[in-house]
Amino acid sequence: MGDPGPTGRFGRYGGGYVPESLVETCRRVEEAFRQAWSDPGFRDSLTRLLTVHVGRPTPLTPALRLSAELGVHLMLKREDLTHTGSHKINNVLGQALLARRMGRSHLIAETGAGQHGVATATAAALLGLRATVFMGERDIERQALNVFRMQLLGADVVPVGTGSRTLSDATGEAMRYWVGRTDEAHYCAGSVIGPHPYPWMVRTFQRVIGDEARGQCARELANAVPDYVVACVGGGSNAAGTFAGFVDTSARLVGVEAAGGAGAALGRVGVLHGCRSRFLQDDAGQIVEAHSIAAGLDYPGVGPEHAHLRDLGRARYETVSDDEAAAAVVRLARTEGIVPALESAHALAWVVRAAGAGELPPGATVLLTLSGRGDKDVSTLKDGPTPGDPA
Amino acid sequence: MTLENRLRRRRAAGRKLLMPYVTGGITTTWLDQLRAFVEAGADAVEVGLPFSDPTLDGATIQEATHRALACGATTRGILDDLAGAATEVPLVASTYYNLVLHAGSQRFCAALRDAGVSGLIVPDLPLGEADELAGSAASAGIDLVLLAAPTTPPPRLAQIAERSRGFVYAVSVMGTTGERTTVADSAGALVDRLRRTTDRPVMVGFGISTPEHAAHAARSADGVVVGAALMRRVLDGASPYDVGSYLARMRRAVDQDLPPGGGRWTRA
Ligand SMILES: Cc1ncc(COP(=O)(O)O)c(C=O)c1O
Repeated sequence: MGDPGPTGRFGRYGGGYVPESLVETCRRVEEAFRQAWSDPGFRDSLTRLLTVHVGRPTPLTPALRLSAELGVHLMLKREDLTHTGSHKINNVLGQALLARRMGRSHLIAETGAGQHGVATATAAALLGLRATVFMGERDIERQALNVFRMQLLGADVVPVGTGSRTLSDATGEAMRYWVGRTDEAHYCAGSVIGPHPYPWMVRTFQRVIGDEARGQCARELANAVPDYVVACVGGGSNAAGTFAGFVDTSARLVGVEAAGGAGAALGRVGVLHGCRSRFLQDDAGQIVEAHSIAAGLDYPGVGPEHAHLRDLGRARYETVSDDEAAAAVVRLARTEGIVPALESAHALAWVVRAAGAGELPPGATVLLTLSGRGDKDVSTLKDGPTPGDPA
Repeated sequence: MTLENRLRRRRAAGRKLLMPYVTGGITTTWLDQLRAFVEAGADAVEVGLPFSDPTLDGATIQEATHRALACGATTRGILDDLAGAATEVPLVASTYYNLVLHAGSQRFCAALRDAGVSGLIVPDLPLGEADELAGSAASAGIDLVLLAAPTTPPPRLAQIAERSRGFVYAVSVMGTTGERTTVADSAGALVDRLRRTTDRPVMVGFGISTPEHAAHAARSADGVVVGAALMRRVLDGASPYDVGSYLARMRRAVDQDLPPGGGRWTRA
């Protein structure tokens, strides 16, 4: 998981499939990012913001009661404890600082679950920038609380009514809006998707999760690395950030997708939203709508680096159903007193299933990134059937 | 004869080029639409092959695309329709790269050629990513048209002009397709910059909405591409005849604005 170079390639994936109008802009973002990342002043500012504003480092919490039930040693990397409640803030603060450094006054973002939108609105408020957030109408209904949070923070939330009215359409609309405003606006991608340099830049900003976890695991496991490193995959940013800390170790990397949005597991090679990767498509090459109870996993593809890790066999990608994910929320809530985001619950559901099936050997050590907290999902869970609920 | 040679020939005869766009399969009578364009004086027709996620298109073409897909339009079906249409003007397909990649670039280009298409526009395939398709297109005798934007820096603009085939597509504004109230100044500036690097035909597109716009843009460029303004009318229920008449008005405006002798204008 290194630098993909100027062409932005991860094996045969990645690249910059954007209209000519955006080519020069993407090149400038890349150049600015390379400079910023090698500037200790920039790195210090970011580290300081992550410390005093986000609350990093986030803890590594041993899940003691659940571990005993599953017969494995499960450790949770607590991105749910960050300010704004998900890992998205790590990347957004990096990009917002970069935008300011580039003289941009306006952030444009797309959001599914609303967490990236809330993070963008937060960073914009903190750094004195404007924020415009595109969100599918269906997600606006599902995530009303986050819409209100964004507005409270001063962001404009723009409803997108085309297509499936979810994340994929919001992404398309954000890119269209950007083409007309490249002078003043920075497109702040929410995951490891989009044209070069975005997948690489977003992973670099999210790498803080994996780097912290590596050190924390070493302390917890007497200098060893975990046997398994597990994270949920929508576009794949929390997973990419987590994996980056362990890719050079013997840990097995597992990305967990929603059964209805499994770009890595079930997608075919294609080009969408600026990069070549794996996307759900029909036999004619049209993109198929994704469906997931977790708005943040409702995307028909994955970032190019995940497609590459999959081809290499370095990471494997598994799928989990809506019901399994909902059940996993309840399980963690009742064993550990933690209500995870539905997205993160997918990763947990795989661990539960794999432990039950004996796929995880007894006593295996498992690091799981809890990408976010479940507050935003309570109405989804309340209105749907809650598995395991006695009533 | 290649697309480029046909366009060059018309230009040499003193004619400004008019290329209307139609979304393939937008209505069951879309071939009538295409024929109406030819009758109204089109020099080439751009045929959109609908893709589910047309990220460079504004609201009108998005709607046209989604309507075509909802009516069951497919690349295969549209190419079959074109193969039977036998039009006398060159046909230029336009679509997003995923559809090319899905079919495989060689198969895709061969299918275009077999349907009588002689040019291809792929708006999400910039110069740096175009090598593979450029090769397949060349072997199938398809001219792969590249786009230039107002922000394209000079050395890159020269490369685009050099590598483009058929014509160079000058994107008039920083934005998506769609109707606009004026032709942006950036259009004229871009055409002038292209002129300095190439004698390949230069066509201006994006936002050309009225006969006045068309005439204005065609003063500096070799021609114009008109899409959303026509598709808006189709979506609103206009007949092929009505939309053809609108294009005929553009034709007249473009022709009347030609200076005596048909020579090239440089804008005052
Ligand atoms: C809590 C949470 N986890 C995971 C995701 C999925 O994104 P990614 O795959 O980029 O980590 C989201 C996206 O909205 C999210 O809000």
